[in-house]
Amino acid sequence: MGAKISIPVRRIDAKEKAGGWAKYIGDYEFDNLQHGRFLRSERARAKIIEIKKPVFPEGYYYVDASDIPSSGKNNIQMIKDDWRVFAVDEVRYIGETIAIILGPDKQKVLDLLNEIEIIYEDLIPAFTFDDALACKGGAVHGTDNIFAEYLLNVGNTDNAFKNADKIIEGKYETGFQEHLYMETQGLVGTWEDGKITMYASAQCPFYIRKSVAGTLGVPLGDIRVRQVTTGGAFGGKEHFPDVIATPLAVAVNKIKKPISMIYDRIEDISFTCKRHPSKITIKTGLDKDNNIIAMEIDTLVNGGAYESSTPIVLQRAILHGLGVYNIPNARILGRAVATNTFPSDAYRGFGAPQGLFAIEMHMSHIADELGLDTSDFKRKHFIKTNDITITNSKMHDDVKLEEMFAKIDEMSDYSSKVKKYANDPVKGIGIAFVNHGGGFTGNGEQVVIQGVVKMKRLDDGKAGLYVSVVEMGQGLQTTMRKIAAGELGLSIEDVVYDNPDTDIVPDSGPTCASRSIMVVGFLVQECAKKLKAKWEEGVGTEATHQYVHPEEFVWEQETLQGDAYPAYGWGINVVEVEYDPVTFEVKTEGVWAVWDVGVAIDETIMQGQSSGGIIQALGYASIEKCELKNGAFMQHTMADYTIPTSLDFPKVETVFIDNPYKYGPSGAKGAGELVFDAAPPAYAEAVQNAIGKRIYDIPVTPEMIMEALNK
Amino acid sequence: MKEIKFILNGKEVSVEADPLKRLLDVLREDKRMTGVKEGCGEGECGACSVLMNGVLVNSCMIPLGAVEEAEIVTPEGIRETEKGKLIIDAFGDAGAVQCGFCTPGMMMATEALLTINKTPEEEEIREALSGNLCRCTGYDLIVKGVQIASERGKDLW
Ligand code: FES
Ligand code: FES
Repeated sequence: MGAKISIPVRRIDAKEKAGGWAKYIGDYEFDNLQHGRFLRSERARAKIIEIKKPVFPEGYYYVDASDIPSSGKNNIQMIKDDWRVFAVDEVRYIGETIAIILGPDKQKVLDLLNEIEIIYEDLIPAFTFDDALACKGGAVHGTDNIFAEYLLNVGNTDNAFKNADKIIEGKYETGFQEHLYMETQGLVGTWEDGKITMYASAQCPFYIRKSVAGTLGVPLGDIRVRQVTTGGAFGGKEHFPDVIATPLAVAVNKIKKPISMIYDRIEDISFTCKRHPSKITIKTGLDKDNNIIAMEIDTLVNGGAYESSTPIVLQRAILHGLGVYNIPNARILGRAVATNTFPSDAYRGFGAPQGLFAIEMHMSHIADELGLDTSDFKRKHFIKTNDITITNSKMHDDVKLEEMFAKIDEMSDYSSKVKKYANDPVKGIGIAFVNHGGGFTGNGEQVVIQGVVKMKRLDDGKAGLYVSVVEMGQGLQTTMRKIAAGELGLSIEDVVYDNPDTDIVPDSGPTCASRSIMVVGFLVQECAKKLKAKWEEGVGTEATHQYVHPEEFVWEQETLQGDAYPAYGWGINVVEVEYDPVTFEVKTEGVWAVWDVGVAIDETIMQGQSSGGIIQALGYASIEKCELKNGAFMQHTMADYTIPTSLDFPKVETVFIDNPYKYGPSGAKGAGELVFDAAPPAYAEAVQNAIGKRIYDIPVTPEMIMEALNK
Repeated sequence: MKEIKFILNGKEVSVEADPLKRLLDVLREDKRMTGVKEGCGEGECGACSVLMNGVLVNSCMIPLGAVEEAEIVTPEGIRETEKGKLIIDAFGDAGAVQCGFCTPGMMMATEALLTINKTPEEEEIREALSGNLCRCTGYDLIVKGVQIASERGKDLW
C-alpha cells in the first residue's frame, strides 16, 4: 500500500458519534410532532372485504389511498412503479401498508391500531420458487410471475457439452438476510413553508424526492429531502425509505403537521426488505485434462410481491455468475420470480454474493469429484486480462489474482493447512476468489444517473462540497473530503460537506453499487481541479462536473452485451474452522483477506470495511437464518435473528494490494460490496472440508451439518 | 405516576413518571439525553448502555422505579471527562467508529471494563463488548480502540 492518500486520518465524524453528540432521526425535536404507525396486512394474499375502525378521537387520523390527491398516483415511483403506496381492495404480502394511523400520543395510536379489524377473503398464495413458476393461485405478477428473464451466452455451449468427457452438476441455495442496521428505519415528514420536507435515515435522498413527488403528483422541486446521520444501511435504506416516505407524505399533505414514522426493532425485522433468496443450478462439462469447456447456469431469485430493484439484482447475480473464471462456452439463464413474500431488495452485494456463492462452491465440488486440489483447480481457470467475458467483451482489468493468492497463502499458510487437515476429523480450511463490478451495470451511469457534483470556494479559505451521496457508516464524510482536499491543497477540516439536502446539492446519484468513491469520488476529484483553476476568482466561485462515460467501455442494455462494468474490485478470503462432532457447532479459528480495490482512499477505513463486510458475510453464511411460515418471517427480534457478536469470529487479517484504476479518484475502485462476497463460500468450503461432506446451501447451521453427516 | 429520585451524571434529579417507564425513555424523552440509543428495546444490543452504580446495564430493560437512589451515568456524563475524552480519541485513532449508532454504548462498555481491568487481553475485551452489537465494524477496530485506550489510560483507571 504505497499511495499517499491511503495514509489513515482520524475520521471527521468519529468524535461526535462516539460521544453521542451526533443526531440520528429519533434524536431530533420537532414542535407539535405527531406519531404514525402503519396498519399492515396480516395476510399474504387476500381480498380486503371490510376494515372496521373505531371512532377516532379529535386529532387522530386514519390516512389511506383515498387521501392521495387527484393529481397523484397510488404507486411508488422506484425503478418500476408497481409497488402501491397503500394496498386497496387486495393485499399481496404480509406487512403491506394499508393505512397510517397517527396522532399526538404514541400509546393512543397503538390502541387505535389494535382496535381496527380487517375482514379478509383469503386467496391462494405462492411462496416458493416452485409455487411461483407454477403460478399457484394465479400469477402474482403479469401472466407468468416472471419479473425479469435474461439469457447470457458466450461461445458455443451446446457443442462444447457434446465434446465433454465428463459432466458435473450441483444445485446451490441461499436464504433471506436481514440488514439489521443498528438504527431502525425512520423518517420524519414536515410541512415547512408550504412544502413537504422529509428528514430521512436513508441512502438516496433523490430517490425519496422522486417517489414522493410522483405519489402526490407535484413537481420534484416541491419536495425537499434532507438526509440525517444514518445508523447503518447496507442497501436496506436504498429503496425501502420510499415505501415509508410515500404514505407518510400523503399524511403530511393531509394534516400539514410534522409526523414521525420510526420503526421499532420488531417492525423492522418483520416488515422490511431482505436479501433475495436464490436457487442456482450449475452444470459443467470438462475435457479429458480436467479443463472446463462448457458451463450452463440456471439462476432463480425470489423478488417477493413487487418488483422494486429485483431485475437489476438479477442482472448482477448472473453477470457475476462465472465468478473469476474464464469459461469459453457458457450460458446463463436468469429469472426473477414473484411470490407473496415481502418484496426483496438491495443488500450489500446486490445479487453478486448469491451468484458467487454458487460458482465458488461448484468449483470446489468439481475439484473434489475429480480428486484435485481446490485452489489449483480454481487457479487454473482464472480469467486473465483480455480474456472474453460472459457478455462477449474483454476483461479490461489488470488481473492480479496470482499475486494475491501468493500473498494470502503466505499469510494464512493455506496450502500446507489444506494438506494437514485433509485427514483431520474436525478441522477444515476454505478459500474463495471473487470480483465485484463497481458502479451501475453497463451504461447506467451514463444513461440513467448522469451524476453531477458541485464545489464552491467559501469564506476563510474553505471549500464547499455538494454531492448527493451520503455517509452511512462507510466513511464517505472523510474519504470525499480527502479526495477534494488533496486536489485543493486544503486540510480535510476545510472542506465543508454537510448531509445532503435535495434543495442544495445536485443529483450525483444514489449511494449504492459501490459507486460513491469510484464514480462520484472521481467526479469530485475532477471538479476540485476545476475549482482550483479558478480559485483566485474569489469567494463564491463555483465549479461543477458531470459524469462522462469513458469511450472504451461499450454496452448495449437490450442484449446485455459489452462491458458490464468499467472495473472490478478483486478479493480472496481464507477461513479456517473446527467443528464439534457432538454439538455440530463450528468455531472459526482464522480469517484472512487480500483485496485489490485499486487504491484505498484511507487504509484504516478500508480495514473497517474489510472486517465489517466479512463478519456480516460470515453471519449470512452461518447463523443468520430468516425463514418463512405462511408468508411471514418467523424471526422478529434480535433474540431470534442473531448476528455475530464480538466473540463469534476472530480478528480478520487484511492486506490490500495496489492496482490503480485510471478513472477512479487517485486510482480507487469500488470496495463496499466486494468485501462481502468471498467469506460465505470460503466459510462453507472450510466447513465441508472439516466434516467431509459437501455443502450446497447457506446458512450452514448445526442442524444442517448434522443432517449432512447422517446422510 | 410517582416521583423517583436518582443521581444522573453526578447531579441529583427527580422524575415524575410511571415507575414502569423504561429508563431508556426517561433519559431520551424527559432528560433529552440522546447519546443513549434504542437499537432493539429488548436487552439484546447494548445501544442503550448506561452505568448503574458503576455496572453496565441496558437501560431499555430497567424500569424507572428500579433506579430510585441509584447512580446513573450516560454517555453525556463521561464524554467530557478525561477518561471519556481518552476513549473517544482512542476510538477515533483506531477507526472504531462507522455509522456510530453502537458507539456511545461501546464507550460505556469500555469505561466499565477498564474500571475493573486496566490492561485487558484481547479475549477479555471481546468478552466485555459481547453484549454490545455492532453491524458495521466486525468489532476488530473497536477492540483496537479499547486496546489503545487501555495503553494510553494506564494512569487514569
Ligand atoms: S435498546 Fe437496550 S439493549 Fe438494545
Ligand atoms: S458502527 Fe454502526 S453499528 Fe457499530
